[in-house]
Amino acid sequence: MKIVVDYDLCQGHAVCEAEAPAVFRVPKTGQVEVLQPSPLDDERKRVETAVKYCPTHALKIVED
Amino acid sequence: MSTVLVPREVSGGRPEDGHLEELRHDPIGLMRRVREECGDVGSFRLGDRRVVLLTGAGVNETFFRASEDELNQAEAYPFMTPIFGKGVVFDAPPERRAEMLHNQSLKDRYMRGHAQKIATEVEAMIGAWTAEGEIDLLDFFAELTIYTSSSCLIGKKFRDQLDGRFADLYHELERGTDAIAYVDPYAPIESFRRRDVARAGLVELVEQIMDARRTGPPATDKDRDLLDVLMSVPAEGGKPRFTPDEITGIFISMMFAGHHTTSGTAAWTLIELLRHPGVMRGVVGELDALHAENPEVSYQALREMPLLEAAIKEALRLHPPLILLMRVAKQPFDAGGYRIEPGTMVGTSPAVSNRLGSDFPSPDEFTPERYLDPRREDLENPWTWIPFGAGKHRCVGASFAVMQLKAIFSVLLRGYEFALAQPSETYRNDHSKMVVQLQQPCRATYRVREAR
Repeated sequence: MKIVVDYDLCQGHAVCEAEAPAVFRVPKTGQVEVLQPSPLDDERKRVETAVKYCPTHALKIVED
Repeated sequence: MSTVLVPREVSGGRPEDGHLEELRHDPIGLMRRVREECGDVGSFRLGDRRVVLLTGAGVNETFFRASEDELNQAEAYPFMTPIFGKGVVFDAPPERRAEMLHNQSLKDRYMRGHAQKIATEVEAMIGAWTAEGEIDLLDFFAELTIYTSSSCLIGKKFRDQLDGRFADLYHELERGTDAIAYVDPYAPIESFRRRDVARAGLVELVEQIMDARRTGPPATDKDRDLLDVLMSVPAEGGKPRFTPDEITGIFISMMFAGHHTTSGTAAWTLIELLRHPGVMRGVVGELDALHAENPEVSYQALREMPLLEAAIKEALRLHPPLILLMRVAKQPFDAGGYRIEPGTMVGTSPAVSNRLGSDFPSPDEFTPERYLDPRREDLENPWTWIPFGAGKHRCVGASFAVMQLKAIFSVLLRGYEFALAQPSETYRNDHSKMVVQLQQPCRATYRVREAR
């Protein structure tokens, strides 16, 4: 899977970081940094939760 | 594509003030007519200013993705300046929003603590209730959301120094948003006079609290709130950086976006649930099941309330607290093949977009199922399901608001049953001000639930 971010939408709420800290990092002020753009499958559940609860719907999973 | 089309003007404009009077009395009727007569891109006039109104997914996306250099938000709300006061910007540019988010403790990790604070405030409000009685929905929810937002955004200590007077004055501020402000924010009208008196009253209340803190014991690390922080910021020369007037302005602006919006949505959610007893039964069942599992109002429990969440979203779609979102074009701008000149105001309307039949079947009906799988009409229509706006300027408090509403109803519906105290069709919004509020009377009765 690949993670796609719409940077017109991300406001840095950091829900994704709380759900999948190995994949997402959100600085104190700023937008999300994707630490693993193509995470392994063992992160899938956490990434899906991050996508689901992103308050601005800025994250998407694209399957390889 | 070359952009040569010029937006058409809707009918009904008067030579002296354009559509200002209609905007002051029937704004939704005006905006719907713009769409009917002109399509996705049309216009109306306020005095000699033109407002281009965009509706529909394509032009809404253009609107919401525009940069601050193209469509500026700060200049588009002149009626806010006398409320916030001088020097308190209406809105930070998007690049500063992440910072505001941090400062305003709206980030996810703070959200978990807010849930419990909100539940505590609801319990305090209903602590004085008897076994049955009657409330005014506007008064009740407006006061409650003063306490929840001050507690979460400024701090529990400050909240505990407030009473009903703060809520009453705050309400007067919100009433001081007549659309005449687009022509003159200081026009000599009654609601603006009351607005200015109310703001001075709020400054006085905050100043009293500040005086008490200066002479009282110093703040401890545990109870330090935003007021302590602002009071301790030194300026050059050792004098405090912020005056009581400025601090009050900061608090007013922090609370503004989340106050009348949340208060109105709470009231409309309750009204719609009472109009639709089947939906109410489902929501109460959902809450009872969660409560049986865990009596605490926990953050995770608040995430998992699909039926209540769908009811809140549907109340927001039908009764969006903000009906017109505005910007000012800073450079020549193209929307849907139409050219918009610099200086023109550009708007989009949640009240119109949220009810487009092409995106929301049976658009005038309260149908919470539209948010459940597989329909998910909010996610399917990100540019027309816009109670919170969209894109860069999307409400940064949206998830806080939904969490807050869920926490409020978790407590209210667990303890009480409600009923409408007036004919159903008499509950309506008052659109005579830019800040939409329920029209009074808007009463409901409550009765304590029987133990089961």
